[in-house]
Amino acid sequence: MVKVRIWGSLQKATDNKEFVEVEAQNFKQLLDNLSLKYPKLKPQIKRGVSVAIDGMIYRNSWFTPIKPENEVVLMPYMVGG
Amino acid sequence: MSPLDNTYEKQFKVIGTRPPRPDGIEKVTGKAQYGADLYVPDMLYAKILRSPHPHAKIISIDTSEAEKLDGVKAVVTSKDFSKFSDNKPSDTLVNCIAHEKALYDGHCVAAVAALSNTIAKSALKLINVEYEILPHVTDVDEAMKTDSPIVNKGYVLENVPKGFSENVTSYYEFGHGDLDNGFNNADLIVERTFKTEAAHQGYIEPHACLASMTPDGKADLWCCTQGHYNVRALCADIMGMESSQLRVTPSEIGGGFGGKTTIFIEPIALALSLKSGKPVKLVMTRDEVFKATGPTVSSSMDVKIGMTKDGIITAGEANLRYQGGAFPNGTVEMGAQSAFAAYDLKAVRTKGWNVLTNRPKQAAYRAPGAPQAIYAVESVVDELCQKLNLDPLEIRIKNAAKKGTKSSYGPTFDDIGLIATLEAAKKHPHYLAPLAENQGRGLSCGFWFNFGGDTCVTLNVNFDGTIGVTEGNPDIGGSRASISQMAAEELGISYDKVRTIIADTNSLGHNEVTDGSRVTFAVGLATIKAARAAIKEMCKRASLIWGIDEDAVRWENGSAIPAGPNAGQFDPMSIEEIAALSSQTGGPIAGHHEVNAEGAGVSFGVHLADVEVDKETGSTKVIRYTVFQDAGKAIHPSYVEGQMQGGAVQGIGWALNEEYIYGKDGRLQNAGFLDYRIPVASDLPMIEPVILEIPNPGHPYGVRGVGETSIVPPLAAINNAVSRATNIRFSELPLSPPKVLSSLKKELKDG
Repeated sequence: MVKVRIWGSLQKATDNKEFVEVEAQNFKQLLDNLSLKYPKLKPQIKRGVSVAIDGMIYRNSWFTPIKPENEVVLMPYMVGG
Repeated sequence: MSPLDNTYEKQFKVIGTRPPRPDGIEKVTGKAQYGADLYVPDMLYAKILRSPHPHAKIISIDTSEAEKLDGVKAVVTSKDFSKFSDNKPSDTLVNCIAHEKALYDGHCVAAVAALSNTIAKSALKLINVEYEILPHVTDVDEAMKTDSPIVNKGYVLENVPKGFSENVTSYYEFGHGDLDNGFNNADLIVERTFKTEAAHQGYIEPHACLASMTPDGKADLWCCTQGHYNVRALCADIMGMESSQLRVTPSEIGGGFGGKTTIFIEPIALALSLKSGKPVKLVMTRDEVFKATGPTVSSSMDVKIGMTKDGIITAGEANLRYQGGAFPNGTVEMGAQSAFAAYDLKAVRTKGWNVLTNRPKQAAYRAPGAPQAIYAVESVVDELCQKLNLDPLEIRIKNAAKKGTKSSYGPTFDDIGLIATLEAAKKHPHYLAPLAENQGRGLSCGFWFNFGGDTCVTLNVNFDGTIGVTEGNPDIGGSRASISQMAAEELGISYDKVRTIIADTNSLGHNEVTDGSRVTFAVGLATIKAARAAIKEMCKRASLIWGIDEDAVRWENGSAIPAGPNAGQFDPMSIEEIAALSSQTGGPIAGHHEVNAEGAGVSFGVHLADVEVDKETGSTKVIRYTVFQDAGKAIHPSYVEGQMQGGAVQGIGWALNEEYIYGKDGRLQNAGFLDYRIPVASDLPMIEPVILEIPNPGHPYGVRGVGETSIVPPLAAINNAVSRATNIRFSELPLSPPKVLSSLKKELKDG
């Protein structure tokens, strides 16, 4: 299981939980299983999210590995100029 | 060695040097081909008719008289686009050409292609548009009220709390800890409301393109852009084309800063070309650039911070309201995440609302969303320091985010360079230099995320041993030089043996836009990998010639050599010798690499600003300015310094003079460089850049993006300097002379 931190305004979609746990070994599985377990997350995940794994921010690399001991934080999709 | 085979601790030969810029001669002699410089036979000239109203229903558009004018070859309105797509037209298309409503002053409603610009201009006067004028709103706070005119319906996301107008499209909240407890532990709390106006990226080259579309559905498009693959994707979608049939070639680019990451005129030129059967050139005027391309968001923000007497920040809270024009944007969430990123806080909360107004759709501008939020936070931190008689630099060091800090946006920081950057500022002579009367010194930290993204590079070894690198990101900050340097370093050859070009969309796989401070990081990473692939092939060719195993050959200083004494005795084969024999040994040699680059790493900067305020006129002069920034590794230090100086200049302009001024009629009052004042060289002192190099473990040479962070600190650095020089705390930008003078007079009157 991976423990995932959800940002404040998105916690409405996780029954007001700041941390949720899902089975995942990579970025894609994390998003798929978050959508399954918390369907209200789907609109935001569809619009785009980034995932910080031990402080490093990933935007959409599906097969980035995630281990149970990693710190995993959901973030809005990064944009830049 | 890490999986990236990082080499940032080795002694570089080419990296870190300052070779002449490869585009220098073409640019200074006027030979560089910018967007407006391309001419093709039989070309038509296009002009756009724009709405004079900030918000109006389009009842009808009669183009018949314009079409009859001699020399006019095509006229288009939104109706010419509806046939290209079965779906609801995209926001991008509706921003390029109004459909049911004109949503801002300057919104395109029709366009003409004619034999000359003069004829096209005359034809615009013959187009009759019947409008029903609607109430408008241009101020962010007004637009949020429930009784505000609704700008654009149907965009409210599920995350927006109740109690706002339909103009509030999205809401974000970040943070951790117990705010109430944090504020209870403070000895002093400062709470202020701040406002910033929209600022334009101010690139010198207006948008320009030339489209040539044939009836069988093929098209060529030349344009100035930060990302021609994105132009292709957006235009192909709008025009109902397959990507392979639309080739987009980027011109040389005269500045972008985020403003050229999307499209404004390209579909219009394509549609006019399709309708007329001729190539069509479309060049914006400066007035059009201001009115109809994206400035940054304007903002209204509340910040509250608590501090103990000895300078510990106990809690921080920010509410950010950003308007980004008539279409939804994703900016406030970046500001809300960045606002307190420089601090190690036990209790922090940021909230952000994105809001629609009757203004042009915002576009990215260096670190979009961060400068505004950090301006507000850093201004309050400075005020707290001033009121508690604490050194603002020491206090920032005391509270600085570092390895192990739970960031205000969620993740725990790994190695970051903020404290090193602050320490560099503390040691610099600027910080303790004396100030004269009416002068003040301001300080601010800055932060930006940076990212990588989709990137393709091909590296060709020519028969004479020289190198051609092909990449797909328009060069807005010196990337051709830095990419050539990384290729030369990896191959062990001199810089002048490498030439890097930007290819069209058919020559490489998809490349993300030049944004997010990504190019030196991501294209550099792909270049290094492509060079390593070419080296592997060259070692193989040498092994074939020598008749030894491929693994028995290694690469050193631009030559293949036997890997060890057991490999045999052979003289080194140089890249020139291997390349000369490449046809006989298996064919031309190349390396390529395609990647979605991740691991860009965040970036911090610290700016010191000294200003002098003329109390008779309210005018502010910057008298000394120093930028400290972590570049990870500066590939070409002159370009890195240029990025640091350029970002500082743009931020100073934003802080002191630049603003979109709207009249009560909702029309833009200052759409030109005479009335929209950007800093010029004579306005500023030499800005001193101090580069720090704390390697990013996500890049083989340790590179971090440097293009965006430098625009973040100037807003607060200048605000704090002016506030200290006048002993008046300012909370609205820009600090233009009338605004400063008015506050000075009020202060004098109030005693």
